[in-house]
Order: sequence, then structure tokens, then C-alpha cells
Amino acid sequence: MSEAGSPGQITATVEGAEPETGVRRMVLNMGPQHPSTHGVLRLILELDGETILKCQPEIGYLHTGIEKEFEVKTYQQAVTLTDRCDYLAPLSNNLGYCLAVEKLLGLEIPPQAQWMRVMLTELTRLNSHLVWLGTHAIDIGAMSVFLYCFREREDILRIFEMFSGQRMMTSYFRIGGLALEPPRGWQQRVKQFIDIFPSRVDEYEELLTNNRIWIGRTRGVGAIAPEDMLDLGVTGPMLRAAGLKIDLRKDEPYTSYEKFDFEVPTRTENDVYARYQVRIEEMRQSARIVRQALEGMPPGPWKADDPHVVLPDREKMKTQMEALIYHFKIVTEGFRVPEGEVYQVIESPRGELGFYVVSDGTSSPYRVHMRVPSFANLQAVPAMVQGTLIADVIAGIGSTDFVLGDVDR
Amino acid sequence: MLPESLREQPVARAVEDFDGDAVTGGKYDRKELTLEIAPGKITSVCGFLKYDQRFVRLSTVTAVDLYPSEPRFEVVYQLHSIERKQRVRLKCRLAGPNPEIESVTGVWSGANWYERELFDLFGIRFLNHPDLRRIMMPDDWEGHPLRKDYPITGPRV
Repeated sequence: MSEAGSPGQITATVEGAEPETGVRRMVLNMGPQHPSTHGVLRLILELDGETILKCQPEIGYLHTGIEKEFEVKTYQQAVTLTDRCDYLAPLSNNLGYCLAVEKLLGLEIPPQAQWMRVMLTELTRLNSHLVWLGTHAIDIGAMSVFLYCFREREDILRIFEMFSGQRMMTSYFRIGGLALEPPRGWQQRVKQFIDIFPSRVDEYEELLTNNRIWIGRTRGVGAIAPEDMLDLGVTGPMLRAAGLKIDLRKDEPYTSYEKFDFEVPTRTENDVYARYQVRIEEMRQSARIVRQALEGMPPGPWKADDPHVVLPDREKMKTQMEALIYHFKIVTEGFRVPEGEVYQVIESPRGELGFYVVSDGTSSPYRVHMRVPSFANLQAVPAMVQGTLIADVIAGIGSTDFVLGDVDR
Repeated sequence: MLPESLREQPVARAVEDFDGDAVTGGKYDRKELTLEIAPGKITSVCGFLKYDQRFVRLSTVTAVDLYPSEPRFEVVYQLHSIERKQRVRLKCRLAGPNPEIESVTGVWSGANWYERELFDLFGIRFLNHPDLRRIMMPDDWEGHPLRKDYPITGPRV
């Protein structure tokens, strides 16, 4: 066991006490099928009693080669691939990809489409945070919060279904704007939801914020030094709970986020509880953004005016020869994107989501790399849990909020 | 040598002043700065950019396979400075089929998994990497799926 320090080589199972230290070590496999790993993650834990000496995550169980698949799809088809990475925040992924390709094309997006994108991405953030809160609470032992959260999530999914026809794999943002015209009556639906939502956040807080068991399980657990977080590439709510006010919506605004008034919540305690507080506050702020988008939605077109890239209106396609030709060309061949490369980052519910898109001038991307927040955040888990108790691993990985589909791609 | 068009970019000039042989090319396109770095200089340039120029974050490391042209691989580093609100992209060209480059895990420990991913999916070896193993594919997998000469579909049965 003396060479246990070499990474990737935990071979021993239960062994006798070590002569020098008198420590008895045990290796425990947590996962790949463990309810609190939210997907297929395997953590190899080396234990001394209940204390974790070493934690080694093993990933790749959900690897489906999405980055390879980008290379054989046309730009527009590839939007559907992005949904399937982070399946709790499909619209954030759609947005990141579309913005990257639009940057390559130099495409101007009309204001209504931009505001609609902001509104729906913020609803996605709510959706993602609600799933996080519900499952995180279940992991720690608060069963009922899950049911409350999924009640509101259902409302959000209904809104998505109204817009796109899909509850989860929406693919509603397309290169050049939106996939479909916003449905009739969407304002009432969103208003209904956003009127009630802040009071629902109060309900969650009533269940947890001053709950002694919740505080006992989360306060002072899972800290990583802020400088280590930056070094490891951690982003998003975890970083903000460590006192670093970094939010790409403010720092590098995209899709007209600069026109919205919202706060970036931070905490300095840098523990699981602080991450909970940050995400709760983010839900309130997202609700504010949704309300502003709803009330100030600019009129005008919902897709860009570029017949080479954006599909023509249905009506025109049926009546005009030109439009029919464009429609046929875009659907069968796709559109050409000028040569070049871009790296577009957005603030997804989990942190910095980056799309590196390389174009060789044809109608399929030459290479797409997704810089997913879950991957980098998961990498920080060993630093977070080493030296703590095994029960704290559950709280710690819950507070990281990763999605394994996103990690493995 | 630094291209003339990049002379007014402070970051590009700083790197050029730090090591005259490090920059082999670059461009400023779509408001994004790209510097091509000689592969042997990557760790020193990264260290300089992190500690001297405050590019404290390594956003991602990835690669592009330019098969069949040579040098075949491009390793791409995306750096981010929070203070300067700026991003810069570094690129190293590596010849195939068994490319090697120094690991930057000594500068940012977060590079660990990204480099493992490139080792797994592109077959690029990172020297002095603490834990260079496959990360996505099974350990006994043959080939590197993101290479351009790796087939996207299997044979028909």
C-alpha cells in the first residue's frame, strides 16, 4: 500500500493494518450505478474508517462521441446534438452553439429573437436549478422538497412544450433565430408562472434554509480554496459561493444580457450551504430577468433576414419559387459557413459553457469542441472530499451539480 | 516572428518581448486573438501568461486534426483573464502520427483531464503528465476516435 500515492493505481482491497501507521484502508466503489451520482459516475474511494483518504472519479460511461458526430452533420442539424449533452439545460446548450456559428457567419439577430432567447434560457436555468435542488435535497434526506420542485418544473416544461413541441430536447434556438414563431398566448402562460414562482421559492426556503438537519449536513462541508478552484477550472455557482463575482452574463454579455437588470449573488462561506444559498438567489434573479423580458419584449421578426441561412416562412415557401429553392437547398445541403474559428462562452446554469467551432468553409463543422462546465467542476471533486467523511461526499457532489451526459458527451 | 498585424495587441507584444522565438504566427479574427506558439515553448509561455499577464484561468484545452496535411495536429489552449476581461487562444502544431508535447498541468492543475481527453481521443502524448490514461474510452480501446482517419461508422454486417 505504500505506493498508493501513484494516481490511477488503486489495486488493494481490504488489507491488514500498515506497520508504520497502524491504519486500515479499504477501497470502496461508489457507482457507476449509485443513486446520488445522478447518472453513471464511478468514484473509487480509499477509506480509513469513514474518512476519505483518496477519491478518484472514473468517467466515460455515457460517452457517445457527440463531438465526432458534429463533423458529419450540417450546421443546422447539429443543434439537436447540443440538447443531448446537458439534458437539464438544453436551451443553454442550443444558445451557445448557435451564437458560435452566428459569430462565424457574422449574422445579426433581431431583438425579439434575442429577448426570447434570454427569457427561455433563464427559464432553463430555473428548470435546471429546480432539478438540482430537488435531487440534492433527496440525497441529503429531505424527501418532500423534491416534490415541490418538480411541481414548478412541470410548469416550465409545459411552457417549453408550448413553444417547441418538446418538453426536454427542445432544439428551439436555431442558427439565425428561433425554430418556430412564438405560439399564441405565450405571454399569459409565462406571466402565470412568473407571478407565482417567487412565492414558491419562499416555500423551498421555508423547508430548508433554517432546517437544522439541512444546516448540519451542509454547513462547513465541501470547501475548496478559491485559488484552487480557479486553478482547476471550476466555474458557475460554486465559484460565486466562494466569493468570486464571476458571471459571464455580466462580464462578457451576449444576446443582449446587458439590457437586463439583475444581481449576481455571491457568498463567501464556500461550503455546500453557501452554494445552496447562491442558487436559491439565482432563481429569484432569473425570475426577475424573465419578468423583464416578458414585459419589455420588443416587437419585430423572430429570425434573421438571411435567405441563405434561415428557412423561409411556410407561406412563402408554398407560394414563391425563390423561397422554395432556398428551402430545398438549406434542407438538403445546409449552408456554407466562412472559414475560421471562434470560441463562444456563455453562462450556463452550471458555469462557463464554451463552444469552439472550426469551419473549413463547407456546410458541416470541421471540428466542434464543447467546454462543458460539468467536466471541469467534476474534476474538483477529489480536492473537495479528501479528508472528509463518506457522508459528505454525497453532499459535496450534490453541490457540484454536474450532469454526466454533459461530462462524457 | 510576430506578424505585423498583431503589433498593437498588448498580449501578443508581451509574449514576443518575453521570448522572441516563442511566437511563430497568429491572427486577430472576429475579435479573437490567436497566437501560434512553438511546441517546445508552451509551458514557459503559459507560465508567463498566467503569472505575469494575469491569465489565471485555463478555460479549455482541445485539439484539431488537420489530416492529411502536415504538421497534422493543432493543440488549442483557451486562456481567460478575469481582471482584463480578455481571452487569448494559443496553438501548437504537432506532426503525426505520434505527436508529443509538454503538459501544462504544472501551470494549471485543471489541464489534467483535458490532456487525458486529448490523449484518449487524439492520441497526443503529454510529457510529464501525472496521470496519462484514457478517460472516455475503455482502457483496452484501440485507435483514437476524434482523428479524421478514424471511421464514423463501423463495417456493415
